[in-house]
Amino acid sequence: MKRFLVAMLLAALATVAKAETVEIRIDNFTFSPAEVHVAPGTTVVWVNADDIPHAVAANDKSFKSKVLDTEERYSRTVAGPGVIEYFCSLHPHMTGRIVVDGGTGGPAGR
Amino acid sequence: MDNHTSPHVDRSADQIDPGRRSALRCMAWAGTGLVWTVAGGVPFAAGLVGGGAQAAPAAGLTFVQISDSHVGFDKPANPDALATLREAVAGIRDLPTKPAFILHTGDISHLSRDEQFDAADQTLKDLGLPVFFVPGEHDVLDDGGGAAYLARYGKGPNGKALGAGWYSFDHGGVHFVALVNVVNLRGGGLGTLGEDQLAWLAGDLKSQVDSTPVVVFAHIPLWTIYPEWGWGTDDGARALSLLRRFGSVTVLNGHIHQILQKIEGNVAFHTARSTAFPQPAPGSAPSPGPVKLPAEKLRGALGVTTVTYRPKASPLAIVDATLG
Repeated sequence: MKRFLVAMLLAALATVAKAETVEIRIDNFTFSPAEVHVAPGTTVVWVNADDIPHAVAANDKSFKSKVLDTEERYSRTVAGPGVIEYFCSLHPHMTGRIVVDGGTGGPAGR
Repeated sequence: MDNHTSPHVDRSADQIDPGRRSALRCMAWAGTGLVWTVAGGVPFAAGLVGGGAQAAPAAGLTFVQISDSHVGFDKPANPDALATLREAVAGIRDLPTKPAFILHTGDISHLSRDEQFDAADQTLKDLGLPVFFVPGEHDVLDDGGGAAYLARYGKGPNGKALGAGWYSFDHGGVHFVALVNVVNLRGGGLGTLGEDQLAWLAGDLKSQVDSTPVVVFAHIPLWTIYPEWGWGTDDGARALSLLRRFGSVTVLNGHIHQILQKIEGNVAFHTARSTAFPQPAPGSAPSPGPVKLPAEKLRGALGVTTVTYRPKASPLAIVDATLG
């Protein structure tokens, strides 16, 4: 609960600063959406909707969440521009990517 | 191909994948545990733990594999993973042949918390037997990335564990090798042993003669079962190539919470059931993860494994038995 409140507080502060938040759900061992385009300063929030724990780790080791049990969340404000590749450090076949550009927050149209 | 015909292993089971040579699925075995008997260097199922039809021989080295206890797991698939671990321990205690020791192939805890490790340790201690551990990915979730596991289990037998907790020991003429493939995982990859561990393994095996039976145990399967779900080890084949010269190699893994078996050349691969919750057969569901069964069916999907080694006879006896 404490972690949740902290996450909410951080999200609220980020909202004051930049106003944009994008949620990525972890469901069925998949990051959804697996790729998002966001504007610099966006806060990305991962929510674990599985009944198994997951964790979010950047490929370049620039960040790593604590383990997220069911319904726990982790948020991070991305500076950018650039591409952030990440994976689940427990289940590394789970991968995702954040493209920080002028994006709309939705899935990338590639 | 299958060079070892053991009367105790059901080789008529379905293939996992018609494209995968010699990949057998033994999902139909009943019972709470897998009793392994090593005979003539090849492990085979000998009977059930607490499940009747006990065919394990009295002679030889018998040990038990237990896996994926996930103590602390409390989701609908099993609201009390500690209770089912206790049942597994009770089943081991009732075995007709007392095992020499227990191998735990990882995911002792669900979230690497002290109280979860403590509860698992207290429960296993009731057996009064040595327990040899390897970590699962759920055991290295602390901030130190496995420091908590190493502080508790890292000495291995005789204080010799190295790196992330790998080690070897000898018992009853069999060389046992504990490998760790759940740390320093790479995005997009599978389980990983890493260069340091592979170099250590090469050196460790150098002192063993080809005729020594070798039992290798690790959490994630060392053979590629289903990469789409991460069920394999990226550099597992390199470890297996180091083992190729041995006349008898048995690879015991967990992680996938179900029994799968195959024999390739002199290597017998076996994965154990969980004592906590089942997972779907490879590719049979959108993702891996706990499968919720009707309450009365749960214990039929959980279990432990018993192995017996008989130096003068032929194959290892492997027995899987469910909790109920």
